Amino acid sequence: MNANDSHDIEIRHLYKIFGSESRNYIKSVKDGMTKAELNDLHNHVLALHDINLTIPRGRITVIMGLSGSGKSTLVRHLNGLIRPTAGEVLFDGKDVATMSPAQLREFRRMKIAMVFQKFALLPHRTVLQNAAYGPSLRGVSASEAERLARHWIDRVGLAGYEDYYPRQLSGGMQQRVGLARALANDAEILLMDEAFSALDPLIRVDMQSILLELQQELQKTIVFITHDLDEALRLGDQIAILRDGAMQQVGSREDIVLRPANSYVADFVREVNRGRILEVRSVATPVAANDDLPDFEVKARSKLDVVARRMTSEGVARALVRDRQGTVVGTIDLPAILDAMVNPADAASDAEDAA
Amino acid sequence: MDLISFPEMSRGSLRAMRQTIDGAFRDFTRAWGETLEAIFSPLQSLLTFLENLLIHSPWILVLAAISLGIWLLSRSWRIVVGAVVALVAIGYFGMWEDTMRTIAMVAVCTLIAVVVGIPIGILMAQSKRTNAVVTPVLDMMQTMPSFVYLIPVVMIFGLGKVPGVIAVVIYAIPPVIRLTNLGIRQVAPDVLEAADAFGSSDWQKLRDVQLPLALPTIMAGVNQTIMMSLAMVVVASMIGVRGLGQPVLQAINQQYFTMGVMNGLAIVAIAIIMDRTTQAYGHRLQKHSEVRK
Ligand SMILES: Nc1ncnc2c1ncn2[C@@H]1O[C@H](COP(=O)(O)OP(=O)(O)O)[C@@H](O)[C@H]1O
Ligand SMILES: [Mg+2]
Repeated sequence: MNANDSHDIEIRHLYKIFGSESRNYIKSVKDGMTKAELNDLHNHVLALHDINLTIPRGRITVIMGLSGSGKSTLVRHLNGLIRPTAGEVLFDGKDVATMSPAQLREFRRMKIAMVFQKFALLPHRTVLQNAAYGPSLRGVSASEAERLARHWIDRVGLAGYEDYYPRQLSGGMQQRVGLARALANDAEILLMDEAFSALDPLIRVDMQSILLELQQELQKTIVFITHDLDEALRLGDQIAILRDGAMQQVGSREDIVLRPANSYVADFVREVNRGRILEVRSVATPVAANDDLPDFEVKARSKLDVVARRMTSEGVARALVRDRQGTVVGTIDLPAILDAMVNPADAASDAEDAA
Repeated sequence: MDLISFPEMSRGSLRAMRQTIDGAFRDFTRAWGETLEAIFSPLQSLLTFLENLLIHSPWILVLAAISLGIWLLSRSWRIVVGAVVALVAIGYFGMWEDTMRTIAMVAVCTLIAVVVGIPIGILMAQSKRTNAVVTPVLDMMQTMPSFVYLIPVVMIFGLGKVPGVIAVVIYAIPPVIRLTNLGIRQVAPDVLEAADAFGSSDWQKLRDVQLPLALPTIMAGVNQTIMMSLAMVVVASMIGVRGLGQPVLQAINQQYFTMGVMNGLAIVAIAIIMDRTTQAYGHRLQKHSEVRK
């Protein structure tokens, strides 16, 4: 497999300016004109500013940012719904940004599916017909399209609702249809633009579980957009944080929480319950050659809060951390766990209060 | 200076101008009249065929066929029963044949309006330019007194069914066009984006999303077109279209009150039947928007 068809998505130096003469301003923007200046002087919107991002195949990449930060714009560049002002979006060595309309149609039919915030189901079609939409566009036979549709309706837990119309279903159920419709396309890339944001909190967590469960087996390249940090930390193998169209940090959830790249990200992750996000392996100390190893063992991917609870109830102060293969990752003690669970910024301000 | 009387073109030049235009049009009619008649002759055959079918078939069969059609569209027994009662009364009072002629006429006019109007509406919805060109034409078609465009139509085609159909279609086609355009423009942008995201071609988008979602609105346009065609039958009878309009016209000229009222009521009855049927059909098209299963 050469670098050209790694099946990763490579976004390179991507700029998007909204407005009728966007191309005229790309040079000024590259030379340092800010979003505010562009808006005040020329009435154009700088939506994306020099985005570089590798989206690895088979993993969930979450793009997170506040409303208006450019998330929807960015994700729509991946399937060509929005064309860039400058830059490249590479997949399998091809640049999505320069595809002809016919190539783009083919790409969307075969390689990339999408789930929308407001579901965007076809209201005049039943659940079954909605799920069969992608295959029917590809020219698959009607019976094969129906077979695919039934399979995925079943997988998202909607068996029995095939003949309902979207309007007869709750929001959560409608988005299951949206998910089934996207999965029935059998595409390797799945784009989800705030797919769960319109749902009630409990339903949202349900949907996240369904997604994670399906992903275990499907290993699709998922790009998940959200403005919700908890959702990002729960789903993202990789998390990218966007602010006013500029990328702030790209990294694992530990990177984001433990090593925020700047004060914006640090503020963002301040309120996070770190004990529920961090895995013990991220704070384990490697064992030295002649260390004596504790008997109590914990799994490397257990979350800090779970480990802390187990250790306190068992009355042990130190534990051995092993990964799934049984290899020793290191040791961990309660003070280190507590230290990692407390946000350094909060600790600093508390220290000031005490003084 | 005289500010009371408007500075007019001289009478002589005005007459000359009218004569030139009339003359040019007359030449056009002479040169192209037969070609145009030939083009529209299938229309004449269609209308004659339908008329003969309705008039010369056993009345009970015609009644059964009409009832079946109404039921298939409306799925409402009330409308079917109402239609049967009205048609039986119409037949009993001696207006069966004229009514059949009028129904045939309205059916053909509506068919033409739909076949011509829906594609025009689609084009208007896709392109701002077409929209800008067609909209004023539609405004003119709807406000121009119909007698005015009867003149050129009669000059080209003479008296008879074809000019009648053309005049009725000109008068009645705007709602289909306007509401097709409106219906397609009203389709939610997020559903269209989904269609794009799944790789729809323009044609697939039209067929799977835009037309089905616009259909209830389009049906409202068809309903209006039918009503307007019926409203034109009296005017059309002035240029030789036979049907319920003719006795009305005759009744006006001879002051036959009862005859006028009876034929007028027959027109009203047909209008109500067609209106309720098409509306019920329009409602059925929106079944998916009901919340209960
Ligand atoms: N079609 C458009 N025309 C002009 N500005 C737009 C358009 N779409 C988005 N924008 C602007 O681009 C910025 C990013 O928008 P968006 O990608 O929708 O953000 P998000 O999805 O993160 O809320 C916003 O400032 C928004 O107003
Ligand atoms: Mg958005």
